[in-house]
Amino acid sequence: MNDNIVSDKFKEKCTLLDNGSIMIDFNDWESISQFVYDSGFDYLMCITSYDLESDDTLGLAYNFYSTSEKKYLEIRIEFNNKEEIFSIANIWRTADWHEREAYDLMGILFKGHPDLKRILLPDDWEGHPLRKDWEEPEYYNGMPVPKDKSYWE
Amino acid sequence: MYKILDKSIIGADEMVLNMGPQHPSTHGVLRLKIITDGEIVSHIEPIIGYLHRCFEKHCENLSYEQIVPFTDRCDYLAAMHMGHAYSIAVEKLLDIELPQRVEYIRVIMSEFQRIASHLIAIGAFGLDVGAITPFTWTLRDRERILDLFEQVTGARLLYNYIWPGGLAHDLPPNFIRNSIDFLDYFEPQIIEYDNLLTTNKIFIERSADVGVMPKEVAINYGVTGPSLRGSGIPFDLRKNEPYSIYDKFDFDVPVGEGKMGTIGDSWDRYYVRVLEMKESIKILRQALSQIPDGDVQSAMPKKIRPKKGEVYSRYETARGDVGFYIRSDGKNIPTRLKMRSPAYCNLSVLNEISAGWMISDVITILGSLDIVLGEIDR
Amino acid sequence: MTSIVDYLLNLLSFIEIDTSLLLIFVILIPGIGLFLVMTVNAMVAVYMERKVSAFMQDRLGPMEVGLLGFKGGKKFWGGIGQTIADAIKLLTKEDIVPDNADKKLMLLAPFIIFIGAFVTFVAIPFSENLVVSDFNIGIFYIMAMSSVGVIGIILAGWSSNNKWSLYGAMRAAAQIISYEIPIGLSLLLVVIVAGSLNLGDIVQWQSNHRWFILHSPFTFIAFFIYFISVVAETNRTPFDIPEAESELVAGWMTEYSGFKWAIFFLSEYANMLIVSIVASIVFLGGWLSPLAILNIGIPEKWMFLDGPILGFFWLMIKAMFLIFVMMWFRWTFPRLRVDQLMYLCWKVFIPFALANLFFVSIWELIF
Repeated sequence: MNDNIVSDKFKEKCTLLDNGSIMIDFNDWESISQFVYDSGFDYLMCITSYDLESDDTLGLAYNFYSTSEKKYLEIRIEFNNKEEIFSIANIWRTADWHEREAYDLMGILFKGHPDLKRILLPDDWEGHPLRKDWEEPEYYNGMPVPKDKSYWE
Repeated sequence: MYKILDKSIIGADEMVLNMGPQHPSTHGVLRLKIITDGEIVSHIEPIIGYLHRCFEKHCENLSYEQIVPFTDRCDYLAAMHMGHAYSIAVEKLLDIELPQRVEYIRVIMSEFQRIASHLIAIGAFGLDVGAITPFTWTLRDRERILDLFEQVTGARLLYNYIWPGGLAHDLPPNFIRNSIDFLDYFEPQIIEYDNLLTTNKIFIERSADVGVMPKEVAINYGVTGPSLRGSGIPFDLRKNEPYSIYDKFDFDVPVGEGKMGTIGDSWDRYYVRVLEMKESIKILRQALSQIPDGDVQSAMPKKIRPKKGEVYSRYETARGDVGFYIRSDGKNIPTRLKMRSPAYCNLSVLNEISAGWMISDVITILGSLDIVLGEIDR
Repeated sequence: MTSIVDYLLNLLSFIEIDTSLLLIFVILIPGIGLFLVMTVNAMVAVYMERKVSAFMQDRLGPMEVGLLGFKGGKKFWGGIGQTIADAIKLLTKEDIVPDNADKKLMLLAPFIIFIGAFVTFVAIPFSENLVVSDFNIGIFYIMAMSSVGVIGIILAGWSSNNKWSLYGAMRAAAQIISYEIPIGLSLLLVVIVAGSLNLGDIVQWQSNHRWFILHSPFTFIAFFIYFISVVAETNRTPFDIPEAESELVAGWMTEYSGFKWAIFFLSEYANMLIVSIVASIVFLGGWLSPLAILNIGIPEKWMFLDGPILGFFWLMIKAMFLIFVMMWFRWTFPRLRVDQLMYLCWKVFIPFALANLFFVSIWELIF
């Protein structure tokens, strides 16, 4: 189901995973993304950010689809949580909002994004909730955050 | 289109207008920051997040069976679709084969839900443009569909019916006869809506040629569903990548043809929805006549505990293409569940297609994109 | 026709005071009468609107509130006391004024609109001898006074200190001022044919000849231009851009609540009544019975149908029918966008009205 076009061209930089998706290094993402777009994968379906619980590693999964040739492609990048990833928002415009959500909820920084700011959470929120090591803050804007029923009963 | 002339000699300022979270026409709690020059829009920034309920974080603490009611509440106007999409994703992880009766009932429920959701879309679009009566008529017909759902699941809006591996319970007796009665009643009603809205000269003037979305813009922004098909691209997941038993039914995929204006304008997006309701009626008649007997819970696993792996599964809801990306570590709760909602990507195209139109047109374009804030904010 | 003021003056002439003082007293009585007419009209029109809209939308409308024990329920006259309940509620509602709004202008605006409507009623005859003051420039006066309302709308939108109200007010100003031109041209056509600005003379002309709408094909067109333009004047759908509910919440009326809003409402329905009555008088024969539609000879027995008392009912029936048609429009059509509205006025109605004027003069010369 997944296409082999990327792994054929960039053999040394990709690792093929069991379910057919391709793992690349985040430094190569800039060149590979342009190649992916030029080979006809014009529809970026989804950008998912996930948190591997060990050693501060975060991951991104990009799902592409080609409307003309009806082929799928999944690309995964895993990196330390302090790195900045090349933003593909200028190539696929739908990535604009998906990357903002990844930044908002997981804290991944994107390099070259037109307007990287929080999208789902309020602008003055601190922290990135979807991370596995996230704890709820004590107070938000002066209001105590309830941890159990004793706060309101 | 209206050109924004160079006003530097007059010294006119741009006005920032806030169509706030509380507004009769923004289909939910959506805030639009509109920068206008008089009445002509130069830039729109949608600000979302007012309905964020931390769906994805919750799913990391709930077992797979417990997530089903939460998926309903994401897109509350098409709850069956969300449940069906989630169940298909989990069944891909588990590799189960479903009995035919389950598949048929799921398709019947989904198509009814599609008609109900499109009825609201059409009615609300008429309401945005100013025609108040079609809204009450479409809601009246939707009530009958909700009565059918109540007979089956006990609930009118949020069903918790389609579970991974099967269904919550079987159909009641008389359901098939009631559905066929409803379909016989409903088919002439579409002609009434056409008379009142689709061929109305004022409605055509308001929506034709307004908010044209060219093909490349649509695909680049990730727009799916009737909004994409209104731009002339015949892309429907039920035909292109058939899931469930959709390859057994005979139906067409309506595409916008620019009958009343350019291809890809608001009228096309609206008309595609009207035609899709007719196609759903076709599918329903075929499914209701072919439904086999069987046990709906025979394939349901006692405990859902998938192997380690990921899956990305797509499904065509009333609004577009919903994607579920599930990562599992072998436990009975998912490690990461991400829902890619169609309205999220549909809304992002608003800025591109409404530059140069008036404020009244912004409302028209927003109505034709048919968004639901529940699934945008999750 | 003698007007009410003259009649009362003659009646009370036995009182030994200066005529001007007597005039002030005499003016108060029809003044209160007109105010009562406006309020009763508002109540009836609101109830009618709710029931008409409900039946068109396949629902029932007000059902519960009854009058003197007659509730009605699901019958078509159900809930007949609803308007009285609404009126009481509006009178006792809290008056909310936004902080940064201009309080004096906000207080002034509803009253200016009310004055515009109220003063227009002075020249409108309800039957042969039932007019408050018999102007010999009747139509001219009515048209002039009904334009006073625009000032009120602009003030209301401006003083609310709300961008949305400002939008509504600006749109309203453009719309109302533009649509007065086709109205004027259509009424001018009537004046040309009838030869007088006085409304009583126009009805007299119609009783001598025939109803104006059937006089010639050009007057037929003039009626439709006039009717659609007055729907635009009174801000009803499909021309209700200034108070477009789905875009501007309530347009220029957004920040008003309680009694001031009730006055806006009163004036809107009073405006509807005024234009319907003027349309009925000028085009549809006024207080003449349907026997005068074409000028065939009427036998003596049926002449009583044209008398003064029944005349009032004929006028009211025609006006109510036109109000019903306005409500029918509201619940059927979507609304036009601002530029389409302006296009319709300046590029469609005004050329047609001007051509109409020209052709009707030729018609009068020939026939």
